[in-house]
Amino acid sequence: MTVTEVDLGRYQSPFYPRQAEIDRLNRWHEWKGYSSADGFYDTTLEYFATRNSAGAFDITPMTKYRITGPDALDFLDRLVTRNMRKIKPGRVAYAVWCDDGGHVIDDGTIFHLQEGEYRLCSQERHMAWFKAAAIGMDVTIVDETEEICGLALQGPTSFSILNELGLSGIDQLRPFGLANYDFNGTDIMVSRTGFTGDLGYELWITNDRAIELWDALFEAGKHFGIMAMGTAALEHARIEAGFLAPFEEFLPAHTTVRTGRARSPLELGLEWLVDFSKPCFNGRRALLDEKKNGSTWRLVKLDIEGNKEAHQAFIFPKKNGGKECGFVTSAMWSPVCKQNIALGTVRTPHGNVGDKLWVEIYYQREMHWSRVMAEATVVDKPFWDPPRKRSTPPEPY
Amino acid sequence: MSERYDAIVIGAGHNGLVCASLLGKAGKKLLVLEANDQVGGAAVTREFAEGYSSSACAHLLYQLQPQVEKDLGLKIKLAADDIGTLSLGTGGEHVRINGDTVSGVSEDDATSYREFYKRMTRFSDLLRTYFNRTPARLAKDASKADMLNLAQLGFDVRRLGRTEMQEFLRLIGMNIRDELVERFDSSLLRGALSLDAVLGTHLGPRSPNTILTYLYRLAGQHGKLSQPAGGMSMVTDALAQSARGNGAVIRTGMAAKRIVIDAGRVRGVETQGGEIFESNMVVSNADPVSTMMCLVGTKNLETGFTRRVSHIRMRGNAAKLHLALDGLPTIDGVHKREFGERFVIAPDEVYVERAFNHAKYGETSEKPAIEISFPTFRDTSLAPAGKHVLSAIVQYAPWELRAGWSDETRDAFQQVVVDTMTDYMPDLAGRITASELLTPADIEKQFHINGGHWHHGELALDQFLFTRPIGGSQQYRMPIDGLWLCGAGAHPGGGVSGAPGRNAARAILKQEKSA
Repeated sequence: MTVTEVDLGRYQSPFYPRQAEIDRLNRWHEWKGYSSADGFYDTTLEYFATRNSAGAFDITPMTKYRITGPDALDFLDRLVTRNMRKIKPGRVAYAVWCDDGGHVIDDGTIFHLQEGEYRLCSQERHMAWFKAAAIGMDVTIVDETEEICGLALQGPTSFSILNELGLSGIDQLRPFGLANYDFNGTDIMVSRTGFTGDLGYELWITNDRAIELWDALFEAGKHFGIMAMGTAALEHARIEAGFLAPFEEFLPAHTTVRTGRARSPLELGLEWLVDFSKPCFNGRRALLDEKKNGSTWRLVKLDIEGNKEAHQAFIFPKKNGGKECGFVTSAMWSPVCKQNIALGTVRTPHGNVGDKLWVEIYYQREMHWSRVMAEATVVDKPFWDPPRKRSTPPEPY
Repeated sequence: MSERYDAIVIGAGHNGLVCASLLGKAGKKLLVLEANDQVGGAAVTREFAEGYSSSACAHLLYQLQPQVEKDLGLKIKLAADDIGTLSLGTGGEHVRINGDTVSGVSEDDATSYREFYKRMTRFSDLLRTYFNRTPARLAKDASKADMLNLAQLGFDVRRLGRTEMQEFLRLIGMNIRDELVERFDSSLLRGALSLDAVLGTHLGPRSPNTILTYLYRLAGQHGKLSQPAGGMSMVTDALAQSARGNGAVIRTGMAAKRIVIDAGRVRGVETQGGEIFESNMVVSNADPVSTMMCLVGTKNLETGFTRRVSHIRMRGNAAKLHLALDGLPTIDGVHKREFGERFVIAPDEVYVERAFNHAKYGETSEKPAIEISFPTFRDTSLAPAGKHVLSAIVQYAPWELRAGWSDETRDAFQQVVVDTMTDYMPDLAGRITASELLTPADIEKQFHINGGHWHHGELALDQFLFTRPIGGSQQYRMPIDGLWLCGAGAHPGGGVSGAPGRNAARAILKQEKSA
């Protein structure tokens, strides 16, 4: 009997050859079948690049679905809680989608490429759910994850770099807008979106032109402090931006086993994404009930005293313990904000903006563990929210 | 211009009529829309050849719930109510079954059968109590009534006594073949009982929970078979009369095209002809898949619900054969006066399982298992004087026939069925003057049942009680305000029982009272 060796390794992004050249850490993890770098140089360095100049993050492993057909809009409008009829061609919508119980399955961005043609991007894969959602509808869903690659260019100099790259008209691209630009004689799609809460863009191109794009971008950015960044640096940026990450701030509903472990959009502070005036969308009935009867959980942004990072800390309503009211889901010391920040989930009625809560932080110094109760204030706005994120045209740096 | 009603029932099948009559009795202004020109849905008598009529699907009555008869004051005229069963053997040796008595078997088998029958009827009585109630809701927010309902079921099971409870729990998910093989030496007895367990289903005697389907059959009148005078239309005509008596308007030849929904609530029904009838309540007697996928449309439903409805197993596997005969055939060892009985061709449980094997692979049985009745023997109104009708339920003819259903495949299968019967009735072929074979594809088309499954969904543990038609929607109420199910696809299931229709009406009235 002959044994055929099957290549069961991880996919490599089409940018991989360039990433391998610069990689000094050799720290990779798996992201939906792809190798994705934790970092290339140093997490802190990459983080400061994206906050002070520009970081380029490979978003190729993002699951990308092309959604077309006469019922594409009806399909999406029923799928997500947001009103998709308001998203015109050339616009991008951040959206969440729920199961019938109103529990979030995942969040993602939906690109209205042209009339009736969409691309949905998410961290997780969802074909089975989308196929079920397409029953009885004339809609085609194609997973184009492996055909399209993407680079997120995030940070204050990102606009200048794209300008340098020669994308004429990029100055007119508004936040959550998308447009096609001429790149070396053919099209490249650019959207003004990202996961860092700062000025930033995402560039989408077919795999065969990945290297060409990488080289041109890094050449254009060499005087603007461009640096490749990995997931660890991005993670810091997204916590500062107050963005949610699946498996951290919420569990995709289909992965939960115990009741009450999934979260609704209302519990995640995403009520602004739920349009109850739509006659039918997944989770509508359950969410209406929740709105009427009140939610169980609430997502909070915490500004914590001191400098001990509150990883996995319990949250208490009182300093002297008693019953905890929640726990921290993501925490970090934010260098740009000079703040000890965290995202957490607490039981209602706790967690109103301005509430003082207490987090129980365990930290280790030279093997020994210590514990501190730190006061935490519930804040409303993202920790990092620079005005340049919104200005069109963006200022050059 | 459109007419307004308190409620619209889609489908004038037996359950739709029971529901309409009960709602009408409660004072509702009711409209019943029936696609066919005749009321009764699949429970009708139809002329299949000039002068010859037969019940189109079910031809014997054994599940009509006494509660339904009582609530509606029904008087069903029966042509016969003591029909026994003959399990046909070769060489004129047959097994005769009636109630708890069986002859043509050993003394041991006869005793064992009496015990078996006693136990089975006891268990079926337990189920019957539950069949006439709305199943409990199993959820964190279940009501007190739900918990009480559930406790009652638990209590009823416990009340069987320790041994019998264990026996009940042991048997309920089991296949009937194992139990029959353990109990009985007589292969004809095993064959007949195993056929009873799988009639009308997509199951073989070795399929799980075929004891449950057997119990289901007994849950009504302990398996006592009767034949309505004039066929099944006797039952549904009586129900239609009762509904009309309670003020319901029944419009035949009016197929529903869609249920009009606005902002998550029912507003009426649009017919194929384009007429719109307005109502804030629609009760569908159509099967759950047709109701949800076609009449409501997935755009009005949430995805998890749609997916589960689309996964309801309802592939019909029973065909119905009607033969016009110029005289009764001869059966070796059967006296002419016994032709009022029910005959089964199921020489043993292996035969039935083998017949099912073909169906698993999209083929019709080479040697089908058959239930035969000569309704004209007891009811001369169904055929010209001196002539007869043979009515047979044939297992198995899969809805998803790999070769596809066409006139050729239908004729070929009919030939197989007639040949199989000819083994027992040598002069049958020469007596046939006309015929009709309804395959599941025909049943689907003529009676508007998705998959041609006359139970509107397989009777299986995962589509039973709390999960019929699907979990979370077992209380007749659908996740669109004002939409209800009242057909066989809802709890408890198929068969001319009237139970889903009655339960649905009661659930609707209860909900209105509490609102």
